[in-house]
Amino acid sequence: MLRTMWRIRAFEEHIGPLKWASEVHGLMHVSVGQDAVAAGVCLQLGDGEVVYSNHRAHGHALAKGVDMGRLMAELMGRVDGLCRGLGGSMHIVDVEHGFLGATGVVGGNLPMAVGSALAGRILGEDRVVVVFFGDGAVQAGLFAESINLASLWQVPVIFVCENNGFAEFTPRSAHTRVERVSDLVAPYGLPRETIDGNDVIAVWRAFGAAVGAARQGMGPALIECLTHRLRGHYVGDPDRYREALADADWQQKDPILRFQRRAVSEGWLGQDEIVAAEQDAAAAVEAAVRFASNSPYPPPEAMYEFVYAKSG
Amino acid sequence: MRPVSETTYAKTIATTLARAMREDDRVFVLGEDVALGGPYLTTKGLAEEFGTARVINTPISEAAICGVAIGAAQSGARPVLEIMYIDFIGLALDQLVNGAAKAHFMSGGQLSVPMVLRTQGGAGYRGAAQHSQSLESWLTHIPGLKVIMPSSARDVAALLPSAISDPNPVVVVENKALYFRREQLPDDVPVEPIGLATVVRPGRDLTIVALSRMVQEALTAADRLAAQGIEAEVIDPRTLVPLDLPTIAASVARTSRLVVAHEAVCHGGFGAEIAAELQQVAFYDLDAPVFRVGAPFTPVPLSPPLEDAYLPGADEIVAAALAVLERPSLIS
Repeated sequence: MLRTMWRIRAFEEHIGPLKWASEVHGLMHVSVGQDAVAAGVCLQLGDGEVVYSNHRAHGHALAKGVDMGRLMAELMGRVDGLCRGLGGSMHIVDVEHGFLGATGVVGGNLPMAVGSALAGRILGEDRVVVVFFGDGAVQAGLFAESINLASLWQVPVIFVCENNGFAEFTPRSAHTRVERVSDLVAPYGLPRETIDGNDVIAVWRAFGAAVGAARQGMGPALIECLTHRLRGHYVGDPDRYREALADADWQQKDPILRFQRRAVSEGWLGQDEIVAAEQDAAAAVEAAVRFASNSPYPPPEAMYEFVYAKSG
Repeated sequence: MRPVSETTYAKTIATTLARAMREDDRVFVLGEDVALGGPYLTTKGLAEEFGTARVINTPISEAAICGVAIGAAQSGARPVLEIMYIDFIGLALDQLVNGAAKAHFMSGGQLSVPMVLRTQGGAGYRGAAQHSQSLESWLTHIPGLKVIMPSSARDVAALLPSAISDPNPVVVVENKALYFRREQLPDDVPVEPIGLATVVRPGRDLTIVALSRMVQEALTAADRLAAQGIEAEVIDPRTLVPLDLPTIAASVARTSRLVVAHEAVCHGGFGAEIAAELQQVAFYDLDAPVFRVGAPFTPVPLSPPLEDAYLPGADEIVAAALAVLERPSLIS
């Protein structure tokens, strides 16, 4: 878990400099500070279980087992990228690892997750589908429509809301009077819980219970993870709309530091393991950048290859 | 002789869907009221045969049910989604355009979306401005979608199975005026690939390319032109994307004159695309400008005389044909 969180953190913290150096291309939404949710959820899923993610997808993808080098190559628009450089940060897909995709349309992934779970039922192989979304997506009509369908059909979809309190640049309070996303789904009767999303153990426990129930055919559930986006909405966002979190406050909130303190005090991990997790992550990112930088750009004709799927 | 029986376009949709569902367990139908047959009975009998687990009535949530179809298709099912009126497709358009159409491309070929979206348009039933439109050109602009417009029960039987087995999202745009037209049809119409036009009526003097309901109108127009000694060739593209331009160009190479007819508003309609593509490959075959027949640039009016005046048909096709033949119109 710690290794995964460090891998996400190291990857995301590397994106800024790469963006300024024009090594990665397009809008980059990084998830620094939300690392615990990705790790606490995705590490409990098998490759056959599906994740739909949103525009802030790097962490979810890495935690789901996506190869870091190919992910980096995708952000760089290289031919060895997961999507051959055709998709980029907001459209990451890795079918092999059940990562059916990020989306650049806020809320656009919600009904697809319901549909993926419905397909499982039609094909006689019920399987859990997880969909990540932010609190900004909750104000989209698709949220209500998708929750309604999932609860109506009782399909095994786990809705994981990362409530970081901001929809792009605007605080949640300016968009809605409803403070808790979990309150919105109360009438639908699905299990719901609001947890501290910066506590990876709390995420692990809540999601573990939800995924266990979903695997037993208990239908959909919603977990609202209260978290904090440490960086701006995207790389380059001057982030003037929020008060900077004092360093000391962040030391308290940072999901990685929190987990490390706990792990040491409980005797789960030694200091050497903690140091190694961080160092290994940094080395992995360096290797990923090396791999991606060595991959060529796709030839121009590559854009015509996948407009339509070929029969057979 | 193969057995032939009388049927309708609507019945043929239901029987073709039933056959596809019998042949492939992955195929399922979803949409508003589909388990009850729908307002035009195009899914009649399916719930009785296959149950409501495969013939799924949905809430009035066009955006979400389109997303559900996409997600299901990405995970191995073969959804046939019905959007009851094409007028409501705006609600589903984000999912269709940003989800279905691009998934294969954006994922570098990893995902495919083998879904069918059936919907219907067309005026003439006093449905007014929000239940009568022909909006197919919105869809033809999107790379990744295929768009077909069967104009007969025969083409439904021939093309709908290909749409269902296609690995891409295919939009089937039907026309409500065609639903209850009687047609003699063999019980085993051969399945045909998407993307081939048909020459519905051969002729030497001009080519009329007509879409959907306008195919019948073009045939009526051709009969009337024949009475004046003018032989019109009528071509039904059947598929708008991908368009069978060679068949149209080969016809124009013989006739040197082209009229394109559709029920949609002329302005920005698919006829413009056909005319533009055709002139690029056959400019020197043309003896006259390409004429388009379509609806005027106004929403569909309710009032019966206004709607009747709005709706293009055989009269307008005859007038356009005479114009490209540079003959005086007999009706003006």
